[in-house]
Order: sequence, then structure tokens, then C-alpha cells
Amino acid sequence: MAELNILVCVKQVPDPEGPPSAFEVDSAARKVTPKGIPPVLSPFDENALEAAIRVKEAAGGSITMLSVGNNLSKAVMLKALASGADRLVTVEDPSCDQEGLDAFATASLLAAAVRKAGPFDLILTGRQAADTNAGQVGLGLAQLLSIPAVSVAGKVEVNGGTARVETVLPDGYEVVEASLPLLVTVSHEVGDLRYPSLMAIKKAKTLPMETFKPADLGMEPGSLVINEITELTAPNRERRCRLVEGESPEDAGAKLAALLKEDKII
Amino acid sequence: MAEKEGILVIAELSPAGAPDAVTLELLGLGARLAASSGKQLQAAAVGIDTASAAATLIASGAAAVFTVEGSAYAAYDPDLHVTALEKVVEEAGPSAVLVGNTTVGQDLVPRLAFALKAGLTTDAVSLEMKGGALASTKPVYGGNAMAVFVSRGKPALASVRPGAGDPAKPDASRTGETVKVDVEAPSPRLSFGGKVLEEGGDVRLEEARVIVSGGRGLGGAEGFEQLRELARLLGGAVGASRPPVDAGWWPSTQQVGITGKIVSPEVYVAVAISGSSQHLSGISDSRVIVAINKDPEAYIFKVSDYGVVGEWQQVLPGLSSRIREILGV
Ligand SMILES: Cc1cc2nc3c(=O)[nH]c(=O)nc-3n(C[C@H](O)[C@H](O)[C@H](O)COP(=O)(O)OP(=O)(O)OC[C@H]3O[C@@H](n4cnc5c(N)ncnc54)[C@H](O)[C@@H]3O)c2cc1C
Ligand SMILES: Nc1ncnc2c1ncn2[C@@H]1O[C@H](COP(=O)(O)O)[C@@H](O)[C@H]1O
Repeated sequence: MAELNILVCVKQVPDPEGPPSAFEVDSAARKVTPKGIPPVLSPFDENALEAAIRVKEAAGGSITMLSVGNNLSKAVMLKALASGADRLVTVEDPSCDQEGLDAFATASLLAAAVRKAGPFDLILTGRQAADTNAGQVGLGLAQLLSIPAVSVAGKVEVNGGTARVETVLPDGYEVVEASLPLLVTVSHEVGDLRYPSLMAIKKAKTLPMETFKPADLGMEPGSLVINEITELTAPNRERRCRLVEGESPEDAGAKLAALLKEDKII
Repeated sequence: MAEKEGILVIAELSPAGAPDAVTLELLGLGARLAASSGKQLQAAAVGIDTASAAATLIASGAAAVFTVEGSAYAAYDPDLHVTALEKVVEEAGPSAVLVGNTTVGQDLVPRLAFALKAGLTTDAVSLEMKGGALASTKPVYGGNAMAVFVSRGKPALASVRPGAGDPAKPDASRTGETVKVDVEAPSPRLSFGGKVLEEGGDVRLEEARVIVSGGRGLGGAEGFEQLRELARLLGGAVGASRPPVDAGWWPSTQQVGITGKIVSPEVYVAVAISGSSQHLSGISDSRVIVAINKDPEAYIFKVSDYGVVGEWQQVLPGLSSRIREILGV
């Protein structure tokens, strides 16, 4: 078989590990404004990239990263590239802002970019993005490309023209095999993305990069949207906490037990 | 054929062919949505033999059940099930389609939505009909915001979080029609090697009345032995935030949160857990939340009903021994 062409779909999101106060919910504009947190690759997309790098180490091949967005951070993309990818393709435009797209529009843009920049034997995505928490785009992309797909992988291996994937189940795992081309959505069980060396980050600047506009792909993102946000609110999850104090931490623990008993909780 | 536009519930069947608990919840929810919008409650069942499932679905409120039968449907295969359900949706012509947000549901419903070019909201926690259209609410940004989604066009699909509705109560006197749908199954593209089960905790998290969970602050696997002791006293299960699972201190089957188990116990005890939105997303339906954390500023205290500020190594022994006294064990 010829060289394995691997694609990893990566999305830039506000750092999901930021504190709740960093996510300002603007109900009027129906959007979330991140405050004081940096953009990062969506964490499961980092795992997908790591899975791709491991496949490349074992089976050879080259890795293309593909991202759709607006104002993508060069630093974020270069660092990801430097961890082991070979090429970057982006679709960038104000119309590709997170607020302007739904899963169908996003997957349609990705599919068009795949047709332009491909073909690819193995396409990896995250199991879900940290902003949408949807888990739609990967499986949807496979549907649009008419290729088989396996979801929530904890391990991905390629041998010749066949992929072997371990999918994560609530109470274990399952091995699924399929011929390439194949799309796999990746979970954190595959392992963290490795850190690139400084040398690699420098070198990443020289890797091939292409940027398309939606119009280059013959698409108008807004017209593709099917699912729209009609309301956005901050969750009301705060409760009134009774802090239990004691003469010592042990005593506070004992008092907590007594209080839970008194309130008929235990 | 049904004469009215419907709310279609896609049933998930057990290996024995019976609709599972989530399906009954969806029928409960679906009945409410159908009543509020003057629509018909419908169900779909795909399996080797769907006769008894169809009877249960009708008894649980479905006015019409669409079935696809065949030996090809013995186990879940996404390509076969999507092809079957695409045909069912074409025949039934529903305005809304509901699926459980289970392992199978999560794999199935994005494929089905894209096959139908229809809008989908995954992990919906509440549903409503607004002007004849389905409005689905779900957490976004890891639970830092709640969004309501409405689809352009029909049908609108939603995968619904287990526990989001009260299950329908079966009533054998209900009647309904069964519509057999003929589908030519495509040849399989994936080959499944069988499930390998891993050992979890003693009590299943989803069913536990009490959950004691540990976080990164436990510092190692030994801490979990102490949580186990407390959980045993309370007849509960031991869960974890993600870091202890990643570090291998506790089994991954016991992770609680947006990408782990979504739980709703009577009592949730969070030990050395900071309260990230991803963790909170999985526990917000708990009746009472108790937090033990050494950091008085930890966000977990804002979302808890009871709290102790202190090192767990010192607080837990006091808590456990007093509980032992109280319970007389
Ligand atoms: C896309 C995505 C999905 C995720 N899904 C999940 C998920 O499903 N579930 C999940 O849990 N996380 C998930 N996470 C991770 C999440 O963002 C947090 O990183 C994680 O929940 C933090 O776990 P923690 O509270 O145990 O650790 P930390 O945030 O590190 O908190 C440790 C706490 O322990 C306290 N502590 C330390 N020592 C002691 C002591 N001796 N006594 C008492 N207290 C002590 C500290 O004060 C601190 O508050 C996800 C993240 C992403 C990006
Ligand atoms: N704008 C985007 N650009 C590239 N990949 C994306 C984009 N949006 C989603 N994806 C991929 O699809 C996965 C699932 O996204 P979602 O369906 O939004 O949860 C992500 O983890 C990414 O791998």
C-alpha cells in the first residue's frame, strides 16, 4: 500500500480547564465570551493527534491537520504541528466563527476541505469538542464522505489496509476492525499529546500550510446551518453551603456526620 | 400509516429484545410532548424479533410502532441500524425523533441525523415543544452555559440524557398499530470482535443511592481505600474525577462527569475535588452534595449543601467513625 495519509480534525476552543468565572454567558447575544483564558486545541483533538502520531510511528505515513474557524491562533496551531504533524490546512473566515456554525455546517466545510486536500486513508477527530460538547461532527463527516466510522476510541492501530480500534465502553472495551478509508473519533484513553521540542516548534514554521475561504470550497456556511441556539443562559448550579467547623478537622468530620444524621440525609 | 405527525421514540432493545429503561423514559417524555402539541406518540424497534418489544411499546403509550426485523439486526451495527432507521423516519414522517444518550445512542444518532440532513441536539437534559417544533436544552462549554436548540426543517432529533424524564407506566389495555418496514440491509463495513468487560466498583454508580468520589487531591490509590470504607458504611459506590482515573488510581468505569458517568444519587460526597464544570455537569442532579476540601476557596463549596474545609486525611476518619457510631456498626 502507498504511504498512509492521515488527517486529524482539530478545533480551537477557549481553555476548558479555565474556572467557571472565565466563561461569561451573554444571554442577549447568545454567546459565551471567554475572559482571561487562552485558546487551546480542544483536548480530545490533542488525543486524536497523539493517536495519529503513534500510527505514523508504527506504520509510516504523513499527518495533515485540518481546522475550521475564525482568528485561529498561529501559536496554538504551530505547537500542535510541531508535536508530529506534517502539514496544516485551515478554512478561515468570520463566517466560520464558532457562533456561526452548527455541526452540519462544520462537517460540510470539513468534507469539502477533505475533497480538496485529500484523499485520506485515516481521518481522526475528537470524540467531542470542549465548547459544543456535542460529539456530532466526526460521525457526521464520515456520513457526508460515505466512509465507515468507529466512535470513542481508546486505541488505534493500522496494519496494511486495515485498522484495529479499541472502543471505550462504560464497562470495558470492544475491538472493532475495518478496512481503510475509515474515520475514528478519539477519547482521552489513547494518551496525552506529547510535548514538542523547541527545535520542532522552529521547524514547524517551515511546514506546508494552506488556507481556504469557504467560497474557495463553494460554500456559504450560514446557509448550511440547521440547528440554531435560541436561548443561552448561565446554569444555576450554586447551592447554599453549610460549612461545618470543629475543634479539629477530625472533630469537624464527626460534626458533619451528626448534622447529616440530624437532617435525615444518612 | 399514521395520519398525524408524530414524536418518534427510537427504542433500544436488550439482547433479549425488551425495550430498556431509557426507552421507557423517552416514551414518558414523548407522551408529554405529544400531548402538548397534538401529535401522535410513535416508536421504532429494530431487532431479530420485535413482536414482544412492539407490545411493550404500545402498552407504554406508543400509538404506532414501526418495526424492522431480520437476523442482520442481532447486535448493534451502526451502518445497518442507520439504514433501517432512515427508512423508518421516511415512512413515519415525524416532527421530532428521540433517542437515549447511551453508548449506542451516541454512536447512532449523529449518523442518522446526517443521513437525514436533519438537526440534532445531543445530550439534551430537557425538551419542550415550542410552536410545533422541538426545543432541546443541553449543557455547552462543559456545563458553563445551557443552550436551547431549535432546528430549521423537520424532523428535529435529540439524544436525551438518561434520567431526564419519568418512565412511562405500561398499561396492557392500550392499543396501537404495528407497521412493518421492509429494508434491504447493506453489507457490514465494520467487524466487531466482542466486548471485553473490566471490573468496576461493587455498586453500579448509576444506581447508587450514595456516591463517595475522590479527586486529584487524594494523591494516590491508597486514599481510595478510605473512601471505600466510607462508601461501604453508607451502602454506596466509589467514584472519581478524571485525574485519579488518568493516573490509574481508580478504574475508568467509575469516572464521574460530562465524559464519564452522569449520576443522580441522594447523597454525593466529593473528597479533594475542586469542582470543575466538567465534573459538576455529571453530578448536578444529586439531591445533596457534600464537599471535603482543604481549600476554602474551592468552587465545589459553592455548589455543595454541606462542606468541611480541611485535609481529607484528618476529616475522613472523624466522619467515618461518627457514622459508624450513628449506624451502630
Ligand atoms: C473535554 C473535557 C472533558 C472532561 N471530562 C471530565 C469528566 O467527565 N469528569 C471529570 O471529573 N473531569 C473531566 N475533565 C477534567 C476537568 O476539567 C478537571 O481537570 C478535573 O475535573 C479536575 O479534577 P479534580 O477536581 O480531582 O482535580 P483538581 O482540580 O486538581 O482539584 C484537586 C482538589 O483537591 C484539593 N486537595 C488537595 N489536597 C487535599 C487534601 N489533602 N485534602 C483535601 N483537599 C485536598 C485541592 O484543594 C483541589 O481543590 C474534563 C476536561 C475536559 C477538557
Ligand atoms: N471547526 C472545526 N474544525 C476542525 N475540526 C472540528 C471542528 N469542529 C469540530 N471538529 C472535530 O469534530 C470533533 C467533534 O466536534 P463536536 O461534534 O462539535 O463535538 C472535534 O473534536 C473535532 O475533532
